Amino acid sequence: MAAIESQALVASVVQLADDHLILGHRLSEWCGHAPMLEEDLSMPNMALDLIGQARNLYSYAAELEGNNRSEDDLAYLRTDREYRNCLLVERPNTDFAHAMLRQLYFAAFMQPYWQAVLDGKDSVLRGVAGKAIKEVGYHIRHAGEWVVRLGDGTDESARRMNAAVDALHPYTEELFVVDADRQYCIDNNVLPDPQSVRTLWQDTINAVFSQALIEVPEVTYPLVGGREGRHTEDFGFLLADLQYMQRTYPGAQW
Amino acid sequence: MNAIGGEPVDLDCAIAVAAAVPDPELPFLTVSDLGILRAVTLDGDVVVAEVSPTYSGCPAVAVIEQAILEALQQAGFQVRVQRVMSPPWTTDWITPDGRAKLLANGIAPPSNKSTGAHAVEIKPLLFARTSVACPLCESTLTQKISEFGSTPCKAQYRCDNCGEPFDYFKCL
Repeated sequence: MAAIESQALVASVVQLADDHLILGHRLSEWCGHAPMLEEDLSMPNMALDLIGQARNLYSYAAELEGNNRSEDDLAYLRTDREYRNCLLVERPNTDFAHAMLRQLYFAAFMQPYWQAVLDGKDSVLRGVAGKAIKEVGYHIRHAGEWVVRLGDGTDESARRMNAAVDALHPYTEELFVVDADRQYCIDNNVLPDPQSVRTLWQDTINAVFSQALIEVPEVTYPLVGGREGRHTEDFGFLLADLQYMQRTYPGAQW
Repeated sequence: MNAIGGEPVDLDCAIAVAAAVPDPELPFLTVSDLGILRAVTLDGDVVVAEVSPTYSGCPAVAVIEQAILEALQQAGFQVRVQRVMSPPWTTDWITPDGRAKLLANGIAPPSNKSTGAHAVEIKPLLFARTSVACPLCESTLTQKISEFGSTPCKAQYRCDNCGEPFDYFKCL
């Protein structure tokens, strides 16, 4: 594989992995804090799926890079500017409505995206996608049902769900941002263009929102930056938590 | 048994040893019942066991791979365990024997055939109901408590007939 292609592929795989690791970490923060026991099981379960998907991607990136960096180095030992996750996945949990809506936005994007990865020419990514696509189907249903229950629930739950939509919808635009590395992978049929799944994403969101009695807002000012390494303030606190053990005890294993 | 002294490696024996390794979370099932043991082949004198994860983040994957490695080593084989991602494992590969063992242990086996990449039928998108029979009284008057249970592969159900809660092995 040509060096340039390899570098672009590594960067794109790491970016995809970052989305999954960071959202997985946010979900894991709910463990022991969920509003009911079933959700206390659901959110770590989904976190496990996402972190497993991230792990598969990081280990592939590390293998491609061939630079003696392991999947753990990639996950735990980079600085904030080196993470390329979209801002949506790092937004704080805030409340259950925010968490479920954030999950829906991301899962509704990833399901058709993984489906499109299956048509690409990279067999490892097709393997990761084949596994992930089924898992993410459960995430859409779980998060979507909660968005409906809360949106079409009590005055208070509807107020919170609408507040979550106002807060998070402007971040969804970044799911479709393509940088030079991703564009290279798209041009070489290794990864699909996020724009190619926009309609499917929008269809899912529209279908859920109409049941939830929520209006899909117009985004006049998209909030982006994570794909370029510019993160929100909350991200520093997240990384401090995520990386504490490896920073304090370098190379710790259990 | 192994190639030391020039004897050929007994592949049938290696297959039997690998197939008998139990799943750590569901110890009444073997890796063969679950369908996660993809192949046992020979690479020269080395036995190669190919294993697939059930879920991307299943914490049992490493334990299962280690257990297969140790079982074959103890039986005197030189071993390599390989993780195979593609095509992805599906609950369709649980053997009829495996399904019977799940039921006998109070876990409802996957009710639908998974259809390739679209395993999770999202029709309707939300609030789809899967009809699951109670593993204890066989009643279909059951309801889902949560799509997510004690392990990634299980959902929680309750039987409205006999009142018992039970696990359902989700379609994947």
